[in-house]
Amino acid sequence: MPTVAPVEVDGYVVRAGYLKDTAFFASGEGDIVLSGQGETKLRPHKAGLLAAEPTIDGKGLITSGDDGCIFVSATDGSSECVAERPRKWIDLIAAGPSGALAFASGRTAWVRFADGREKEFAHDRAVGGLAFAPKGMRLAVGRYDGVTLWWAGTEGAPVDLSWKGAHLGVSFSPDGKYVVSAMQENALHGWRLSDSQDMRMTGYPAKVKSFSWSVKGRYLATSGANAAILWPFFGKTGPMGQTPLQLGTRGDNLVSAVACHPKEDVVAVGYQDGMILMCRFEDNAEVLLRRPGLGPVSSMTWDADGVRLVFGTETAEAGIISLQD
Amino acid sequence: MTATQDSQAQIPVTVLTGYLGAGKTTLLNRILTENHGQRYAVIVNEFGEVGIDNDLLVESDEEIFEMNNGCICCTVRGDLIRTVQNLMKRKNAFDAIIVETTGVADPAPVAQTFFMDDDVRAAAKLDAVVAVVDARHVLQRLEDTEEAEDQIAFADVILVNKTDLVSAEELATVEARIRSINPYAVLHQSERCGIDIAKVLDRGAFDLDRILSLDPHFLEHGHHADECGPDCDHDHHHDHDHHHGHGHEHGHGHGHGHHHHHHDDPHSVKSISLKAGDLDPNMFFPWINQVTQVQGPNILRLKGILAFKGDPQRYVIQGVHMIVEGDHQRDWKDDEPRESRLVFIGRDLNWDVLKDSFQACAAQ
Repeated sequence: MPTVAPVEVDGYVVRAGYLKDTAFFASGEGDIVLSGQGETKLRPHKAGLLAAEPTIDGKGLITSGDDGCIFVSATDGSSECVAERPRKWIDLIAAGPSGALAFASGRTAWVRFADGREKEFAHDRAVGGLAFAPKGMRLAVGRYDGVTLWWAGTEGAPVDLSWKGAHLGVSFSPDGKYVVSAMQENALHGWRLSDSQDMRMTGYPAKVKSFSWSVKGRYLATSGANAAILWPFFGKTGPMGQTPLQLGTRGDNLVSAVACHPKEDVVAVGYQDGMILMCRFEDNAEVLLRRPGLGPVSSMTWDADGVRLVFGTETAEAGIISLQD
Repeated sequence: MTATQDSQAQIPVTVLTGYLGAGKTTLLNRILTENHGQRYAVIVNEFGEVGIDNDLLVESDEEIFEMNNGCICCTVRGDLIRTVQNLMKRKNAFDAIIVETTGVADPAPVAQTFFMDDDVRAAAKLDAVVAVVDARHVLQRLEDTEEAEDQIAFADVILVNKTDLVSAEELATVEARIRSINPYAVLHQSERCGIDIAKVLDRGAFDLDRILSLDPHFLEHGHHADECGPDCDHDHHHDHDHHHGHGHEHGHGHGHGHHHHHHDDPHSVKSISLKAGDLDPNMFFPWINQVTQVQGPNILRLKGILAFKGDPQRYVIQGVHMIVEGDHQRDWKDDEPRESRLVFIGRDLNWDVLKDSFQACAAQ
């Protein structure tokens, strides 16, 4: 039987995840709760916190706030302000290779390298999402009317992937062959990078705000419908012409967050009412992980072994779900 | 047409419009410094020369998003969606939102953001659009730009500011001109934005009621109530000559010296108030959908309180361009006449066709 250990948080959980074995819960009111051997609380930002993302090596947590600062905090309780844009609300961040990180506000994205150097990437219109490629210092920027791929480390010309409309969240497939963006409309858009082939993934009743790649990038699980929608990305043509899997269908509730298991073809599905199910791809078998709570599940992450799942909600609830006693 | 969310959970949003120098920032600072116990999140387009003293202040660059739905007037402010979503991560930090727009901003995408984006709708509701108007310069602004007219047309509350800089006669001219564009907004006068803040904020349902239950003339010509009482139906008597499209300013002969030549411009903003008894919902909804689909680009705003046959509840409706939103509000009171009222403010609308087709929605 899965067990839920609640964790006390002070607001909207922007991100729940892991720094190695330590669970973290970053709240919009500004607190970062670290839950490992004991529980510690950090508060690097002057006020609220808008985004949080673990570094690639799992040793630090990058956070951005409405104080215009980017902090990197560690499990020992230390926090360092690594970049600052006074008066800007930094609401997008991404963790890159070799200690690099990216952040954005308005129409501008910046990459900060481990040695403290910064590089600016200006766009004509609003930036909506940031993601580093799985290999190489390559940054995808979701923006109005498409996605731009920048080589952050060199002066090479950017690649523009165009599709009309506002592109918000953006993600590379783990094999680096595809880039997928969530749009202002209730749709995903994808590009096969080898030939810039467009892919439209539509039919959602709501915006897609959460996506997660399954083991080896075989499926992309997404929120935004009354089931987790999983698009197949194996085979030569990816999701084109394929019907997605629909897991954890509920008649009266939309999926608000998804997290694919790190080892098995299983996905954790969080709903607007706070319920969390675990669903198996093969036969759609479901296990209840958490009963409905006060509000939508906003963030979920599995630990590396796939035995614990951290979650947080928009309504200041959080916890650690263990599959084993 | 979709029902609104639970209004209790939604954060009220006040939008401030008005030309540079009209007094928006002065009004904003009055709101923020007055001791009212409310905490505001303030979204500004640019940090102006006059400082704004508030804990939660966000600068937001105007980003117009077109929607991929083939509708040219369905634009939203992408930056507002983003900012409201970010604010929702700090729900404990504020009670209400104020959006200050730039002087030249088109108010339509701002208003549409609060109707069209599902996340924003769930989180926030548009309480009122407040236009600050400079009594001394507004007539010239109206000559020069369409935005000035749009800002007045869109407003729920209009603050005619800097009244100390004009004569009583000039002020009457200004007010008549404003009324000719938007007779349904609540109009206040001020010097240096000195006004009871309660008249500007948290207006919501109250204004809709007031706007629609009173004849538009009432505010301007209260002493003529015998001529223009609530039961007076002269709203319907629109001049058939479209050069005088909005008839009731002229028809009743109590114009206060407003600028007649504006009425000669067929593209200037006019308004119409339609009135009926019980409506047949099976006639009305297809009609309003068709009207807004076809004439949406010309409809700046529409608002109404409707009585549907057999329905004990009042139905409130509002819209911007092609977007219409409606919901049941409350039971009709016993002493309240079941009356449907619908107001359109727009350009180049065929008022006679609107009136006749609306009347055809009356329940048999």
